[in-house]
Amino acid sequence: MTTKLFGTKVPRVEDQRFLRGQGRYVDDLLTDDPRLLHAAVLRSPHAHARITDIDVSGVLDLDGVVAVWTFDDLTGPMAEPLPLLIPHPALTHGRTQYALAKDEVNYVGEAIAFVVAVDRYVAEDAVARIRVDYEQLEPVVGIAAARAAARLVHDDVPGNVGARMEQENGDARAAIADAPHTLTLELDVERSACTPMEGRGTVARWDPDTSRLTVWSSTQTSTGVRGCVAAKLGLDLAKVDVITPDVGGGFGVKINHPWPEELLVPLAAMTLGRPVKFTEDRREHFISSAHERAQVHHVEVGFDDDGRVLGLNVEFWHDHGAYTPYGLIVPIITSTQLLGPYKPQNYRVVFESLYTNTVIVTPYRGAGRPQGCFVMERTMDAIAAYLGKDRTEVRSTNFIQPDEFPYEHGLVFQDGRPLTYDSGDYPASLAKLKELVGWDEFEDFRAEMAAQGRRVGIGLACYVEGTGVGPYEGAHVHVETSGKVKVATGLTTQGQGHQTAFAQIVADTLGVRFEDVEITTGDTRKMPYAVGTFASRAAVMSGSAIHLAALRAREKALRIAAEALEAAEDDLEIVDGVVSVKGTDASIDLGTVAVLSNPLRYAFDEASKAATQFSVGDPGKAPVAEDDEPGLEGKDFYSPERSTFANGMHAVIVETDPDTAEITILKYAVVHDCGHLINPMIVEGQIHGGVAQGVGGALYERMAYDESGQLLNASFMDFLMPYVTEVPTTIDIDHLETPSPLNPLGIKGAGEAGVIPSAAVFAAAIEDAEGFPITAMPISPSELFDLRLAHADNSFAG
Amino acid sequence: MSAPTPEELHDVRLHVNGSVHEVQVPARRLLSDALRHDCGLTGTHVGCEHGVCGACTVLVDGAPVRSCLMFAVSAVDAEITTVEGLTEAEDTLSPVQQAFSDCHGLQCGFCTPGFLTTITAGLKDNPDPTEDEAREMIAGNLCRCTGYQNIVKSVLRAAEIERERA
Repeated sequence: MTTKLFGTKVPRVEDQRFLRGQGRYVDDLLTDDPRLLHAAVLRSPHAHARITDIDVSGVLDLDGVVAVWTFDDLTGPMAEPLPLLIPHPALTHGRTQYALAKDEVNYVGEAIAFVVAVDRYVAEDAVARIRVDYEQLEPVVGIAAARAAARLVHDDVPGNVGARMEQENGDARAAIADAPHTLTLELDVERSACTPMEGRGTVARWDPDTSRLTVWSSTQTSTGVRGCVAAKLGLDLAKVDVITPDVGGGFGVKINHPWPEELLVPLAAMTLGRPVKFTEDRREHFISSAHERAQVHHVEVGFDDDGRVLGLNVEFWHDHGAYTPYGLIVPIITSTQLLGPYKPQNYRVVFESLYTNTVIVTPYRGAGRPQGCFVMERTMDAIAAYLGKDRTEVRSTNFIQPDEFPYEHGLVFQDGRPLTYDSGDYPASLAKLKELVGWDEFEDFRAEMAAQGRRVGIGLACYVEGTGVGPYEGAHVHVETSGKVKVATGLTTQGQGHQTAFAQIVADTLGVRFEDVEITTGDTRKMPYAVGTFASRAAVMSGSAIHLAALRAREKALRIAAEALEAAEDDLEIVDGVVSVKGTDASIDLGTVAVLSNPLRYAFDEASKAATQFSVGDPGKAPVAEDDEPGLEGKDFYSPERSTFANGMHAVIVETDPDTAEITILKYAVVHDCGHLINPMIVEGQIHGGVAQGVGGALYERMAYDESGQLLNASFMDFLMPYVTEVPTTIDIDHLETPSPLNPLGIKGAGEAGVIPSAAVFAAAIEDAEGFPITAMPISPSELFDLRLAHADNSFAG
Repeated sequence: MSAPTPEELHDVRLHVNGSVHEVQVPARRLLSDALRHDCGLTGTHVGCEHGVCGACTVLVDGAPVRSCLMFAVSAVDAEITTVEGLTEAEDTLSPVQQAFSDCHGLQCGFCTPGFLTTITAGLKDNPDPTEDEAREMIAGNLCRCTGYQNIVKSVLRAAEIERERA
């Protein structure tokens, strides 16, 4: 009997090539092709300026330079602004940049010229020889400057407001006015970014013999890139293949597309008739990809004596940078996912999405949820502090209860669908978390530490994450005559172990050996219909599609095998790739079933010999029945009505140094519910990584822009990404498995979970240690030190 | 602007993973680029090009070195080992490589070659590290996927495998 693989810690198949140095990332491709050319980009050194002249005359006489492009060299759709990927009625003033800047630049890093040369060194030499005359304009940096609107980023966008959006369920302001208690909070979160270890990269090759363009890109959506490249270069979609090779991390930034280089590289390859590669360097990644997180929030809450929220009114301001290619997804997610596991009786949210002369903002792991969670959890803590209640008690009072699912919030979610939670058990999760972190024993620990002159604090934070957003993903399963199973799904992989997790599903569903399954992701030649990898959707969407496609292949295999074995389909089972009549010796290999599925005229090997028309088939029937097709394959798509909602709760115990204000993590606990786990090892790895990114976002990482719009810390030397020395030494994890009723496997997404509650949970713990409110994150030791001084002054004054 | 002078090329003999690579490179060619683009050994990855992330770490005469901070012309007389050279006879994973597979010490795999080379050298110096020493061993390398917990476990597991295989 085949052991069920779903739910087990199967070692990852992709590790075999990664560990040997045999992964193929985009910069590894075509390295032995002597015709390969390399691109470099001239980027704006100014945050806001008009371009009055560009002089490239010093470039082409440089030995090894092949071509240079500026905006004036672009024609047709390439000379139009880049697409606004996700239009929304509230985005009344959406703006996108040009592939190469036209007349003005709006952030440091914006692409101005594109040089192609024999190697990257020479291409960069050439970039340095391009002369640009600028008329400098005053930049708008930060949310306060954007709101003040003394200066505009775009002349035709009044008030720097790209969008204003409001949603309300009930009457929040009336409920707050009538509530026994009210509080007001001002809460800030700063800019951060995904910073995957591999930056962006694109390679393109035009084949004049077949008139086809092949593009390899380090993207989270190969089908999206394909559509954009075809549209911008005026090619039929059928002429363009986009392949996503191994990708060195994404975390959201690689979902935005097309980057200027994703269009310019294919354009150059077609124009020059030679393959072209662009590989982003680290500084370029900081100043010309995308950031996220910066928001300022104003909260009004009304509640009763138990801490039950009666009305919640949130206004916030979102810094979306210089352009809005990804629409309003991040602030919409904040505005809806802010609610977490709670059910405020009346909720109003309004946000403005603002232009600044800084790098664009697109989703970063968590995608607006960390800010929303920070707002809601800070509010819960403030209510508990005001009422003198335990923080877990106030949360329990506000939880949606297990018997209230599906729970409708009366709002519209990021996918345009009603915000309706499918399942969860928040009281059970909280009970587990309290146990795991030792919530009830903490006061003893605090006293014990205080006796040693040490200062500790505990915090918790809860979140709900809409995962597996639509519209769909698909899968194709093909059983070859060898019995090997080749599976393709269109979304892409950036280290999540899809080749392993998806193969587990196929092995179980089809009844084949795990080793015989090979998964391909992100290759439009094999699956041209796909959306992409974001919003913790890969396992839910492609996992479900692969399961459905494998079921179709299984049905067909059983039908053909039943005929061959002269047995009823119900009497058959498939184990380890062999179809047999249960309880008998009669059996047939799946590979042979594949042979039988494809009646042949020509024999080319032993297997095909068995399938020629003189060997098989009823002479009285058509070789392929009218409602059938040749081959042992299954193809299907999964398109859920709405998202499935995972949830979790984190708790942390921190120690703050009484003298230096250094913040040390003593214990970190996670309770996580993403429904059924396909591979618990992979899920825990995702949580570990999310927590580390969350620690970075809470305590270390920020984008240090100066007032002129220069990013001062655009290197790994200055942007403080955590090393092993900054993360918790252990993370205690407990799982709850509340299956989703929305998909056949009962799964929910897990990719972003670890990072969502970090700012909230650290703020809570530091506040608990220090005894004064923490309202802005991230927080550094020097900022905590300053807060201590400020509160000491206040207490003297008071 | 003055006419640029064509770059002078240098004949460089690199000894990598027991093989000799004869390459012609300008003096400014980074060792990381020479390994990747001239020798075709793309297992060494470039994450920052300023020596902070450690993804490009290779062993130069057994010692871990950031190959983005060394010129190819400076490496002529050295024995260089890249991630490709860690794999043992008959394509067997080395103890460090095997430990990463056992402990889920990698996700996207981009930083992994730098960790593998760093730990390989680290365990030569200290074959039986404590957990704190394991953490210290990898404290100069960045990973954005794993959160490091499983990399620390991989260090300890690698030491164990070394002992099992001895």
